[in-house]
Amino acid sequence: MAAKTIEPTRRDFMTITAGAFAAVGAAASLWPFIDQMNPDASALSLASIEVDLAPVQEGQAITVMWRGKPVFIRHRTAEEIEKAKAVSLSELPDPEARNMNLEAGAPANDINRVKDKNEKWLVLIGICTHLGCIPKGQGIADVKGEYGGWFCPCHGSHYDTAGRIRKGPAPRNLDVPPFNFLSETKIKIG
Amino acid sequence: MAHESTYKPGNALSKWFDDRLPVLRLMHDQFGVFPMPRNLNYLWTFGGILTFFLVVQVLSGVVLAMHYVPHESMAFASVEHIMRDVNWGWLLRYMHANGGSMFFLAVYLHIIRGMYYGSYKAPREILWILGVFIFLAMMATAFMGYSLVWGQMSFWAVTVITNLFSSLDAIWSGLGTAIVEWIWGGFAVGNPTLNRLYSLHYLLPFVIFGLVLLHIWALHVPGSNNPTGIEIKTKSDSISFHPYYTVKDGFAMSAFIVLFAFFIFYAPNFLSHPDNYIEADPLVTPPHIVPEWYFLPFYAILRAIPDKLLGVIALFASILLLLFIPWLDTSKVKSARYRPIYKWFFALFVISGLVLGYLGAKAPEGWYLIVGRIATAYYFLHLLVIMPVVGWIEKPTAMPGSITESVLGKGAGGGTPKGAAAAPERR
Repeated sequence: MAAKTIEPTRRDFMTITAGAFAAVGAAASLWPFIDQMNPDASALSLASIEVDLAPVQEGQAITVMWRGKPVFIRHRTAEEIEKAKAVSLSELPDPEARNMNLEAGAPANDINRVKDKNEKWLVLIGICTHLGCIPKGQGIADVKGEYGGWFCPCHGSHYDTAGRIRKGPAPRNLDVPPFNFLSETKIKIG
Repeated sequence: MAHESTYKPGNALSKWFDDRLPVLRLMHDQFGVFPMPRNLNYLWTFGGILTFFLVVQVLSGVVLAMHYVPHESMAFASVEHIMRDVNWGWLLRYMHANGGSMFFLAVYLHIIRGMYYGSYKAPREILWILGVFIFLAMMATAFMGYSLVWGQMSFWAVTVITNLFSSLDAIWSGLGTAIVEWIWGGFAVGNPTLNRLYSLHYLLPFVIFGLVLLHIWALHVPGSNNPTGIEIKTKSDSISFHPYYTVKDGFAMSAFIVLFAFFIFYAPNFLSHPDNYIEADPLVTPPHIVPEWYFLPFYAILRAIPDKLLGVIALFASILLLLFIPWLDTSKVKSARYRPIYKWFFALFVISGLVLGYLGAKAPEGWYLIVGRIATAYYFLHLLVIMPVVGWIEKPTAMPGSITESVLGKGAGGGTPKGAAAAPERR
């Protein structure tokens, strides 16, 4: 064997050790700097609220705050329910139910937009899925859009009486938050 | 920095100092005797004006921060406290708010000047790219600063703009939402969001300051471009920075400050929106969300495109594409003064920007939407197609042989060698 093996020197060892130490150290200490910006323990702890539905008359709607977001609760009229049921899935820009109480991918039939087949009560996160504005339609005198549900004034998205996107730039139906009926007239969101 | 130093310390103390920290030498070489083209017009004064406004914003911002409270329940009230109670608070706040607008007005004119006279072309590509980074950092700083007022427009601007990132959900489900909640520090825009925007609003001007130093450094390697786009070739083409351009810059700056003062004292809220004097309410979206005027063209591009993700991509692309124009423009001639075809397309480009700015404040419906789409299409067509193609097919008009000749006419350039006049540069 004529080839001479070059032995690593002490300097090679120190260069590699210091370089590896610096790289691993920098990468490991980066995470706390990034993760500190994520929602903190106090934000996560505001997880659930209870809402009394008894005073909400048919045709009325209320807005409550859950995790810093507005939640729309509408007591739908029979007419509004019929209107929502009459829509076929092929007419919907977003055919998924977006209901956190169901598994992902459920079709956006009207029955999948409510909880426990209780069609009277429509509960939605009241944030336009386009860029986060609050759609109009909660007040009696509000513009409700071409489909009688909600209308987002920012960029012109129209939602129907099941909170499904029908027209405009919003990509998804309004989300249905996770909630349970504690009694006939009381729900717990979250 | 590419020139031999001519600094001569005047006394023993300055010599002692120069041997240890040659900062006076640097000032002398770069801002005293630095050779500048002799033919610069007033469009070349915006660099100085912009530096002035960076200083105004930092100084007024530092003192406003002594009175402002970055908390969701106190921010709006603390701004009113500055307006009503703090000594000269109204003046400092109006300086800071209108200073931002003046800063953007100057930067747009600076950018248009650079584009018209081809200041981005070799050897100034890095200079131009640093400029685009400064522009991006300015936009981020201005956006964050506007949010701190915590009025309705502030709050909803933050909501809409941070939600742009949720469009990434279309690429990978949940990614966009995770990013947006990371930015917010919660499930909606709230106190954690306000706090971090404040922290970053204080940081970014110093980042801008660092970028500006690099921008000036990159400028002083090749030296300034000029209206002919011909480089300095002989001594008669140049004059020293001081006193010629310190005076010219100073005069233009004074004129610009008159405009600034007009807004501060006679129309302090003209460029703002009345809805921002209503405290932020997370339950009520204002019927008409409008960004500050300097963001309107980009907002119009966002809204011209019906798809959420593509709209966001177009918004970012409209700015990031500027990074590539040194290579998108294929013409060998720098100044549009000698480009008979491109000149008109460039005018259209500026008009499309102005039209987009006008439409950004209108509801995206009917004719407004159609015109907005046409102007958006032209904006991208100009950068991606017209710049390369016109550069190939266009025949430039006759150019003067040198900067001196452009000023004094043929044969009058005392110091111009004959050879220089006979051979126009870069044809």
